[in-house]
Amino acid sequence: MALDSQDIRLRSATTMESAPSARSFRPEVAKLIDLSRCIGCKACQAACMEWNDLREQVGTFQGTYTNPLDLSDQSWTVMKFNETVIDGSLNWFIFKDGCMHCADPGCLKACPAPGAVVQYANGIVDFQQDNCIGCGYCITGCPFDIPRMRKEDGRVYKCTLCSDRVSVGLEPACIKSCPTQALTFGSKAEMKELAHHRLEDLHERGLAKAAVYDPPGVGGTHVFYVLPHGDRPETYGLPRDPSVGAVVTFWRSGVARALGVATMFGVLVAGILHYMRYGPLEVPDETEGNTGKEAQP
Amino acid sequence: MTNSWVDIKNADLILVMGGNPAEAHPCGFKWVLEAKAKKKARLIVVDPRFTRTAAVADLYAPIRPGTDIAFLGGVVNYLLSNDKIQHDYVRNYTSAALLVREDTGFADGLFTGYDEAKRKYDKSTWNYQVDKDGIAKVDPTLQDPNCVFQRMKKHYDRYTPELVERTTGTPRASFLKICEAIAGTAVPERTMTSLYALGWTQHSVGSQNIRAIAIIQLLLGNMGMAGGGVNALRGHSNIQGLTDLGLLSHQLPGYLTLPTDDDPDLKTYLEKRTPKLLRPGQFNYWANYPKFFVSLMKTWYGAAATQANDFAYEWMPKIDGPYDVLRVMELMNQGKVNGYVCQGFNPLSSFPDKAKILAGLRKLKFLVTIDPLATETSEFWQNHGEFNDVDPSQIQTEVFRFPSSLFAEEDGSLVSSARWLQWHWKAAEPPAEARGDLEIVGELFLALKNLYAKEGGAFPDPILKLSWPYRIAKAPAADEVAREFNGQALADVPDPKNPGAFLVKQGEQVPGFAVLQADGSTACGCWIFAGCWPQAGNMMARRDASDPSGLGITPSWAWSWPANRRVLYNRASCNAEGVPYISTRKLVWWNGTRWVGNDVPDFKADSPPADGMNPFIMNGEGVARLWAPAMAEGPFPEHYEPFDAPLAKNPFGKVMSNPAARVFPDDWKAFGKPDEFPFVATTYRLTEHFHFWTKHARIPAILQPEAFVELPEGLARKKGIRNQDMVVVKSKRGQIRLKALVTKRMPTLTIEGKEVEVVGLPIHWGFIGQTRKGYITNTLTPPVGDANIQTPEYKAFLVNVEKA
Repeated sequence: MALDSQDIRLRSATTMESAPSARSFRPEVAKLIDLSRCIGCKACQAACMEWNDLREQVGTFQGTYTNPLDLSDQSWTVMKFNETVIDGSLNWFIFKDGCMHCADPGCLKACPAPGAVVQYANGIVDFQQDNCIGCGYCITGCPFDIPRMRKEDGRVYKCTLCSDRVSVGLEPACIKSCPTQALTFGSKAEMKELAHHRLEDLHERGLAKAAVYDPPGVGGTHVFYVLPHGDRPETYGLPRDPSVGAVVTFWRSGVARALGVATMFGVLVAGILHYMRYGPLEVPDETEGNTGKEAQP
Repeated sequence: MTNSWVDIKNADLILVMGGNPAEAHPCGFKWVLEAKAKKKARLIVVDPRFTRTAAVADLYAPIRPGTDIAFLGGVVNYLLSNDKIQHDYVRNYTSAALLVREDTGFADGLFTGYDEAKRKYDKSTWNYQVDKDGIAKVDPTLQDPNCVFQRMKKHYDRYTPELVERTTGTPRASFLKICEAIAGTAVPERTMTSLYALGWTQHSVGSQNIRAIAIIQLLLGNMGMAGGGVNALRGHSNIQGLTDLGLLSHQLPGYLTLPTDDDPDLKTYLEKRTPKLLRPGQFNYWANYPKFFVSLMKTWYGAAATQANDFAYEWMPKIDGPYDVLRVMELMNQGKVNGYVCQGFNPLSSFPDKAKILAGLRKLKFLVTIDPLATETSEFWQNHGEFNDVDPSQIQTEVFRFPSSLFAEEDGSLVSSARWLQWHWKAAEPPAEARGDLEIVGELFLALKNLYAKEGGAFPDPILKLSWPYRIAKAPAADEVAREFNGQALADVPDPKNPGAFLVKQGEQVPGFAVLQADGSTACGCWIFAGCWPQAGNMMARRDASDPSGLGITPSWAWSWPANRRVLYNRASCNAEGVPYISTRKLVWWNGTRWVGNDVPDFKADSPPADGMNPFIMNGEGVARLWAPAMAEGPFPEHYEPFDAPLAKNPFGKVMSNPAARVFPDDWKAFGKPDEFPFVATTYRLTEHFHFWTKHARIPAILQPEAFVELPEGLARKKGIRNQDMVVVKSKRGQIRLKALVTKRMPTLTIEGKEVEVVGLPIHWGFIGQTRKGYITNTLTPPVGDANIQTPEYKAFLVNVEKA
């Protein structure tokens, strides 16, 4: 979703200064997913399909309440169900999977196509499919395994946090559809406060390990969780300590850039030296008539 | 619901048993989470399965399907033997002190008066001891062995934690922990709300399941309180409206009842239905029955209903017995029903024992379905392979399909579980040939009327004289019908307290049911709806969400029957002196001259506390009935096994199953035995689907595409079944083939020393729609219902499971 360029804070494969935003104060937004209030009704999943005009094929039973089984180019959010026994008692973990909208987005850093991944001033990380070259680096670069390639057009898709709705002052479709306020939307600061307030209630109920999942390894996220069992992020399907991959980090780092510039410079210098020593390349006339057959020994 | 969805937020404890609101009522369930988040409320779930509701509960305990009375009776015993009851409330507001007849009793699983041949009770011994004026005797000390309190104590003495555990399979420690939590609301300052749904009603003892929780809530003083009550979460949008408008075969609008063969004239009919006062000084509001009935007849027959012709009583059908769905299907099978009009209903999928339904439909001469969607019923004659294996050439039934509009394609009102009548507006035109139900029925009526007018017929008056005052005769409008339900004055109604003044003037919409008359001067199509569309206009269309009390009463949002009252029996939220039990949750109170409050008082507004009128104004006793002599199978709930029972013997007594439940002679052979069908099965909905409708829509079909059966890990191990394997589930009625979901969420139960496994069957699939084709789950369910209202026993039966 193309927005006013002033709203864009980061742009893939582009060196840019901070957008001139002195005249518009834009707080960072966040979606809080409070799994202690989630009943797995899939209203968010349905609303996501409705708003974004996405439709999977009608599948088959997969041995679980999770349907479809994973994210896809047609399913930008999926409710995942997991039966887990903790200290002898059964828990039914219900987890809403989807893009985390990292403050330090691995997908954007990995993307070699200028402007195919952007981060807006409000923190939303969005894919601009017009600029996408289908290389799939963003998929590798994502520590949460979120982006999905669409076979039909060779572009990559994921949750936009309804950037189109948010840009006109609406909440994302999933938030609007959630009947239990397991999903709430607001400024990151407000959501953090709400999350910590929720922790007090959960701790009082005996869920001593309840915690907020807002991983610092990716600079925090604009979609973050209250986990009733905060000591077990993996059981929900979240990496314990995610970070942008070493290769991506290296690639985007100053060292890599310096190395790149040095290489380019080296090639240029070598070329000039070569020219000075051997002069221009002269192609012998007979080469033009050469056929492959004649060239063979 | 006695209370409302929003009122759940006021509760200290929420007991979900016999329902799964997170799954089936996700929007209403928000108030449970609100109570948890804002009030530190605790949520307890008792269910055969670890449900979506259990996933967010503080405490979960498993229970064997069909043993809720054993569990709840055990709770009653716990409360009584540990003296965890609200004494004031029980003494003043319940029937605890009333004396029952000495010759009534209970032995060997039966109450007195049982006639085995008829499978019916003579209930005369269940009455109160009365004096010469018919007033019931009481013992305020609660010591008389014949007072209800002592009878109750004795009856539930047998419901020990040991026996509860052996019968229900609920681990004793969990049971006692739950008892303790429930008992914590016996103090006046704390309340428990009970949320239930079809998990309690769809049993051969369904009505008594509800009676059992009512007894508990009364002992705890939780009825009439904000954050209390017994709350039925209705299974369909507007199913509350269906019962309110009397769409059950024996009922009339507003819970009036249809005349029977034994009511030859209006006088007899009214005398039988107008209750006598049972205690002095009580309101006995049903004494107004004649006003409600006559006003109904004036709506239906207008000027043709006169005092002289007993307000057209003669034209009312006199029912010779119940015509519930089970009986109609039985009669169809016997060839006694040859035409069937099926409106907004899918019997082939919805009724138990699909084979019997199919056999019945085949015998019809004609079947009419009025529905927005193609239903399995309307295609019962088509071959759909293994899912509906019939030979169309052998079926002669002529099927007519009238496509109707969906709710969003028409104006009208829906009644929510909370008794709120909420108006809605047409958002789109119905597609193609589809038409509104009112229009379809309107035209059908006019065609019939023309035939009667032309040809006479045996008894034309009930049709020809029917009042039909609509602007467009063939298409009555929703607002016209709504105004009729509210009612209108047909003459000036004088104010008895204020000579010369009038309660309502001729031609005006009535302000409420208090002005209705038995002399024909008022018309009202459904007395409990009086006030929904008064002179001031459509109250149901109100959308003011302001909530001055903060208790979620929102008095100007839509309109709630009766009289816009949001919490029933709210007088009981005050002590005898009229002071609220909980000062922070005041519903109503006595201000020295009148009853006033945040809610509309459910009481005679000018009756001072000193007069001793009691809060349960619909009862002749004025108090709530712990002992209910009108019930079919006994005045106290007693545990009986389901008709498909996994045990050889009822652990509670000599009688195995509900002795008053009706079983058709041919159906006795339709029940299974555990040697052949060793597993207990239960049926239910999934949140992704609504009954058999949403399988027609793409998104719900994506979210839950194909039929499956939930199997406990223990069972799967024993049978060598792995997740996603194809299995065959068989009952005495038939078999279905579908995929297995092997789960930890249904623990193996220990019942009477043996392991019992529970099998879970979602109901949504069928042979038409956008989901994968599947068998109709109700192929498996038994053809028996509750003894009082015949709701089928979908929730507890026996099956076997084999790898396919």
